[in-house]
Amino acid sequence: MASNTEALKTADGISLKVSLQRSLRRKKRNALLLVAPLFLFILVTFLFPIFDMLIRGVDNKITQEILPTTVVALAKWDPASGQLPDEDIFKAFTVDGQVAAKAKTISRLGKRLNYEKSGFSSLFRKTGRQLKKFDPEKMTTSYKENLISIDKKWGKVETGSLIHRESGRYTKSYYLTAFDLTQNSEGNIEWKDADSSIYIDLFKRTLWLSCLITFLTILFGYPIAYLLATLKAKTSNLLMILVLLPFWTSLLVRTSAWIALLQKEGVINDTLVAIGIIGDESRLSMIHNSTGTLIAMTHILLPFMILPLFSVMKTINPSYVRAARSMGATGFTAFRRVYFPNTIAGIGAGGILVFILSIGFYITPALVGGVDGTMISNFIAYHISTSLNWGLAAALGAILLSLVLVLYILYDKLVGIDNMKLG
Amino acid sequence: MTENNSDYLVRFENVQKSYDGELLVVKDLNLNMAKGEFLTMLGPSGSGKTTCLMMLAGFEPATHGEIYLDNVPINRVPPHKRGIGMVFQSYALFPHMTIGENLAFPLEVRKMGKSERDKKVKIALDMVQLGAFADRRPSQLSGGQQQRVAVARSLVFDPDVVLMDEPLGALDKNLREQMQYEIKHIHERLGVTVLYVTHDQSEALTMSDRVAVFDAGIIQQLAPPDVLYEKPENAFVADFIGDNNCLIGIVTEESENSCVVQTPDGSNIKANKVNIAGKGQKSTLSIRPERVIINPEVGQVPNIFKAKALELIYLGDHIRTRMQVCGNDEFYVKIPNTSHIADLNEGDEVSIGWNEYDCRALDAP
Ligand SMILES: Nc1ncnc2c1ncn2[C@@H]1O[C@H](COP(=O)(O)OP(=O)(O)O)[C@@H](O)[C@H]1O
Ligand SMILES: [Mg+2]
Repeated sequence: MASNTEALKTADGISLKVSLQRSLRRKKRNALLLVAPLFLFILVTFLFPIFDMLIRGVDNKITQEILPTTVVALAKWDPASGQLPDEDIFKAFTVDGQVAAKAKTISRLGKRLNYEKSGFSSLFRKTGRQLKKFDPEKMTTSYKENLISIDKKWGKVETGSLIHRESGRYTKSYYLTAFDLTQNSEGNIEWKDADSSIYIDLFKRTLWLSCLITFLTILFGYPIAYLLATLKAKTSNLLMILVLLPFWTSLLVRTSAWIALLQKEGVINDTLVAIGIIGDESRLSMIHNSTGTLIAMTHILLPFMILPLFSVMKTINPSYVRAARSMGATGFTAFRRVYFPNTIAGIGAGGILVFILSIGFYITPALVGGVDGTMISNFIAYHISTSLNWGLAAALGAILLSLVLVLYILYDKLVGIDNMKLG
Repeated sequence: MTENNSDYLVRFENVQKSYDGELLVVKDLNLNMAKGEFLTMLGPSGSGKTTCLMMLAGFEPATHGEIYLDNVPINRVPPHKRGIGMVFQSYALFPHMTIGENLAFPLEVRKMGKSERDKKVKIALDMVQLGAFADRRPSQLSGGQQQRVAVARSLVFDPDVVLMDEPLGALDKNLREQMQYEIKHIHERLGVTVLYVTHDQSEALTMSDRVAVFDAGIIQQLAPPDVLYEKPENAFVADFIGDNNCLIGIVTEESENSCVVQTPDGSNIKANKVNIAGKGQKSTLSIRPERVIINPEVGQVPNIFKAKALELIYLGDHIRTRMQVCGNDEFYVKIPNTSHIADLNEGDEVSIGWNEYDCRALDAP
């Protein structure tokens, strides 16, 4: 053996290490160039929006933008004192309010604060209208009296303390709302009363429905995947086409088909009534409730369970079961002790896929979910497109995202992500 | 039949098998295995060997005929009640269990107590020199080690019969040869009955008490290795086992033990009459390359012909020479490196000859 102490050199005398690194660097650069377009695309269309959403969930710069001087002045005031703010704060608000009223932005702040306490939207609109006409030269009273004369609410400490609380650059109020929490006028966090709390129940229902859907897809998907993996190639290809067929039809069409099947006057109910199993007056309500969501989503997500299961089962050598049987195991024991444990990676992969897809599913619960079959995503969509409360939508979205991440980590700990086989 | 059928541990009686209802993969198989015997099924791939094992193990039903294990017909007995050990080519070690758990599995399903189980597992692992590996996973073992574990696992529950389907097929040459001896020794030590399947003839010849040569779903010949090599009964076996030269011709004379076969170029070859259809019919002559004599003296052997060396392949201990003789230019002769003839050159003309009894007249293709 040559001595290892001397640094090895290539034929032209460059150190071997340097030369190796050089060639590796070239390789790395090429690899980077290959993924660069996709990376940029994902950055712009996926990572930035997610980052933006995470920011939006806590962002509160609107108060500082619309009431710049008021926010500075308010910092000196202690709402716990129970005293109304000083005259200069009211003055600052009047000045800011006039600017904002002319720029037509004041109602936006009103809307923002209305999320915290109803009534603020109308208060700000009314105040804005008055302030537009207001001329300080002709003022006879103090700024404070003037505002109170516009609306009595300005004479209450709570009004000031809410603006004070929400004057920071960031707010936790969206997240509090997303967890059905609220801050009372003393600033303490407490649960909302039962009739106005919705989100915890919604999260619970979303998770529960997703669990059920995942369980059902495993129940239905496992035997199909087994058939696919063990049948002769010709038959199993045909079956595979049937499994994949739903992918070639629009999600909307499939969901509507379920409506046609499940509704009160639908095919199933009509048939049941026709054969006399149920009476005409007691038609089953299988749609526009959680049953509808469950049935339709199980059907739609089934391929996502079957494919990973199939790909795992395909790799299981049929001689495992034969070996087990030759060693004296009954068919059932061979399945339980040998076949099934080898499919756990597939169950895990399919399970996590279906679960993650279903907790974020939107179209189907929106169409067939009715009231008790809607899921968290429907509320996110509602806040984005109807109530325009993007902050709350972002907070809900972020919670959903972290839920998925937690599940993912849990799965990694339990099964190991390297074992995941998706197809 | 002179022998008593009930002395055999395994019997195939007129077994036929078809997967698709059109083609018989196994045609009328009759095979008897004595207790403690090492019997090998040897045949080209696709000849139905695995199918036979699967029928015996109970994973494929026989289409026709009956299989007896210890004189009990087992066609209706499910695989787990047959008590047959199996070694698969892919080893089929359970990847989610350790080596120890793999070996304990057959004992566990037999409801054997833990202490006895551990003892048997240890003995079985020691038998294949893997006592230290009980806690490893199959994937942490080399191919040869996995193979040994598979053998140990097939034996740990003391089955009467062990089936091995090309168990060494995935190993490299050296390891394969080593494992052949190990399996052979285990067989001798335990006295277990082994039905072994391979397509490697040297493996079959090294290991077996008897070899069943398979082709196209039929046992072509069932005999001990030396008989198979020395006295092949048909052209397929002659060609499949060992090096062989084939000369095809027409039988022109026939006596009680010998015959004369004329090749298309007009040479008359005296041969040992083994399996011919009769005078005027085609026959395949089989001559082993090492039985050919170079430059025989006149009268030393009955068959002497002119030959031309076409190709010489130096193989160390001998030189393999392709020659043209009797109109056939695929005739191989093995020239030992010790002889003075070793300095033959390509294109040289020599005379070669062989004995009548070294030249077997067999059936024509
Ligand atoms: N499960 C099966 N279904 C249909 N045909 C099969 C099956 N198994 C084997 N065959 C066919 O039977 C013939 C014999 O196969 P096999 O017993 O595996 O031969 P060998 O083990 O000698 O290579 C082959 O032609 C093969 O294609
Ligand atoms: Mg085979």
